[in-house]
Amino acid sequence: MEVLKIATAGSVDDGKSTLIGRLLYDTKSMTDDKLEAIERTSKQKGYDYLDFSLATDGLVAEREQGITIDVAHIYFSTATKSYIIADTPGHVEYTRNMVTGASTSQASIILIDARKGVIEQTHRHFFINNLLRVKDVIVAINKMDLVDFSEQTYNSIKTDFEELMKKRDYQDQNITFIPVSALKGDNVVNRSQNTPWYKGQTLLEHLEELDQRDVYNTGTPRFPVQYVIRPKTEDYHDFRGFAGKVYGGELNVGDEIVVLPSMTRSRIKAIYFYNKQYKTAPRRSSVTITLEDEVNVSRGDMLVRAGDLPTVDKQLTATVSWMDSDSLAPGGKYVLQHGVNKVLAKVDAIEHKIHPDYSGIEENVSSLQMNDIAKVRLRLNKPIFYDRFKDHRTNGSFILIDSKTNNTAGVGFIE
Amino acid sequence: MSTLTEEIKKKESLNGADRPSANALEHEAIYILREVAAQFEKPVLLFSGGKDSITLVRLAQKAFWPAKIPFPLMHIDTGHNFPETIEFRDKLVKELGVELIVRNVQDSIDEGKVVEETGKYASRNMLQTTTLLDAIEEFKFDACIGGARRDEEKARAKERIFSVRDDFGQWDEKNQRPELFDMLNGEIEIGQNVRVFPISNWTELDVWSYIQKENIEIPSIYFAHKRNTFLRDGLIWSAEDDVVFRADDEPVEERMVRFRTVGDMSCTAAVESYADTIDKVVAEIRDSRISERGARIDDKRSEAAMEKRKQQGYF
Ligand SMILES: Nc1nc2c(ncn2[C@@H]2O[C@H](COP(=O)(O)OP(=O)(O)OP(=O)(O)O)[C@@H](O)[C@H]2O)c(=O)[nH]1
Ligand SMILES: [Mg+2]
Repeated sequence: MEVLKIATAGSVDDGKSTLIGRLLYDTKSMTDDKLEAIERTSKQKGYDYLDFSLATDGLVAEREQGITIDVAHIYFSTATKSYIIADTPGHVEYTRNMVTGASTSQASIILIDARKGVIEQTHRHFFINNLLRVKDVIVAINKMDLVDFSEQTYNSIKTDFEELMKKRDYQDQNITFIPVSALKGDNVVNRSQNTPWYKGQTLLEHLEELDQRDVYNTGTPRFPVQYVIRPKTEDYHDFRGFAGKVYGGELNVGDEIVVLPSMTRSRIKAIYFYNKQYKTAPRRSSVTITLEDEVNVSRGDMLVRAGDLPTVDKQLTATVSWMDSDSLAPGGKYVLQHGVNKVLAKVDAIEHKIHPDYSGIEENVSSLQMNDIAKVRLRLNKPIFYDRFKDHRTNGSFILIDSKTNNTAGVGFIE
Repeated sequence: MSTLTEEIKKKESLNGADRPSANALEHEAIYILREVAAQFEKPVLLFSGGKDSITLVRLAQKAFWPAKIPFPLMHIDTGHNFPETIEFRDKLVKELGVELIVRNVQDSIDEGKVVEETGKYASRNMLQTTTLLDAIEEFKFDACIGGARRDEEKARAKERIFSVRDDFGQWDEKNQRPELFDMLNGEIEIGQNVRVFPISNWTELDVWSYIQKENIEIPSIYFAHKRNTFLRDGLIWSAEDDVVFRADDEPVEERMVRFRTVGDMSCTAAVESYADTIDKVVAEIRDSRISERGARIDDKRSEAAMEKRKQQGYF
């Protein structure tokens, strides 16, 4: 069955966790024991309604403070799709966790509190979803019950958001507005009686209709080699298979390929998935490929179709989202992980910082702090084989690892 | 216009000889297992004999075929296993030709490292942690692959795929490494290790559907059978072995039951069921109104039970 990964975004208390709880509840995905636990705790806390955020806020600290700190992954399915929803924190301090949630998602829901309208955090979250090129974005204008389901309020928020959309870099992003009440359930799964003026789909109806085309950009196939399989058994004495996942497009038996970085040419002899052979390795399949010729291939190398070469370079410019408490500064050295390939990187320069609330850029910055976003120039000790992020989400992104702490300190989107 | 049969044929050729399975979760899990083999020096697959770890083993077979699984399996034996799972374990290991390491909670008790719980709710589930941490140190394992899923419990829902543990096996839940796109960062210090969860994104139903589709053999206690049982706290407990404490005022009764998880017997309750085939089990899970962990008494101890156990190094 098709799996759709969705991330939520929106400021603190806009109702992300509540919305997810509501989706689970109205699709009858919440089991009785979990529901009873929510009823019990809601009652204990003296609420006169069910606090669905209790379904997703899994850490003690989160329940104590009533906020989400780290991403939770929630699962439910309908007859057509399996859904994985990342419930991300709204607090500015945890922006990095929000980036994490959005990076693995194909669609995104940005919540806005109808009483507050478009605020700075809306700008920021829209910016990040646009930067990450999430193809389908739903703007859920929430807490409509607190503004008497006013069409006027909805329209004015929509107009403000449309102003914001003019500033976006990635214009092909599909954006849909839905007035909802996560708490009461209006237009989440079921159509609301309270918004007769709204003719569009409910949130779930929209998600159900999304198909692969709506959420994946087309690209060229890239096959980073993860692992070389050499069984050294009697039956498979000479077997040398290259294990990895196909990104961006599909590969076929007989395709002429080039191995990077050696630039050796060969052809795909066979595509295995477990003990069977197939003609095609579709995008996002984890297969094992054998080649016609004896070529030297190891982990970190990449197979690409001849004629579809990526950029091979030791220098690059990228938009970096910084996630570490230690700052990034020119001269700093990191391990750069690009897919499964690792090289050393040195920060040449910070070109400028980008204010993610669309208020412009800032030049002459000496360092980046946690949650900063900036254009950065890097020099590598060995070339990597990359595409621009706008052409290839997987092959155009990397992480920076601090070799002192081993932490994932930042993520980069290559220009 | 294409006829219905043409449509069906087209579909069949896509899912048949032309392309491998379209199960995105399966491809993701295989990718993760290959990252473990490539990034770590001494990985191990923690094998409990339950359906999730059996599923992991099948995925590992697929990930490395035609080579053997390039890491050993390890069972932390509480001594309170269902006998069926041990038989099953030994048979599977023999078929795969992989190494099996067994470490016993009983030994940790005998060595005085942990003290057996007593009373009505006595369980060895918590004691496992010490035995596990000792085994990790003994073999210098740097990655432990486990079958935990995020849908099991809400603290689990917060866990990364590569989850770093410090020298004491502890989980720092407020300071987890971000995981971006498909990139998994397995860099660690000496003494640290990583817990890896390849089927993080699977639900209980996904696992059962996979077992059904792949025709994977699983221990018999997962299927409905007659068993002597007794009731406590609204849950059904096995009365056939003397592992679970039973008070005199808790009468034994024969019931048709099966188990949804096969953890430590002392904290795993049965569910009433007539599902005696895999198809019936899948149908039952699909319609179930109770979560899998609804039958685990260890989670009922408190709302934060799982989080606390994980901070201490529990799997
Ligand atoms: N009246 C009303 N209240 C709502 C609605 N949605 C959410 N709330 C309330 O708003 C508060 C915050 O909701 P949460 O779901 O925890 O918000 P969140 O966006 O997940 O917050 P963070 O995760 O901390 O960023 C709770 O008290 C909810 O009950 C709604 O549609 N109407
Ligand atoms: Mg929340």
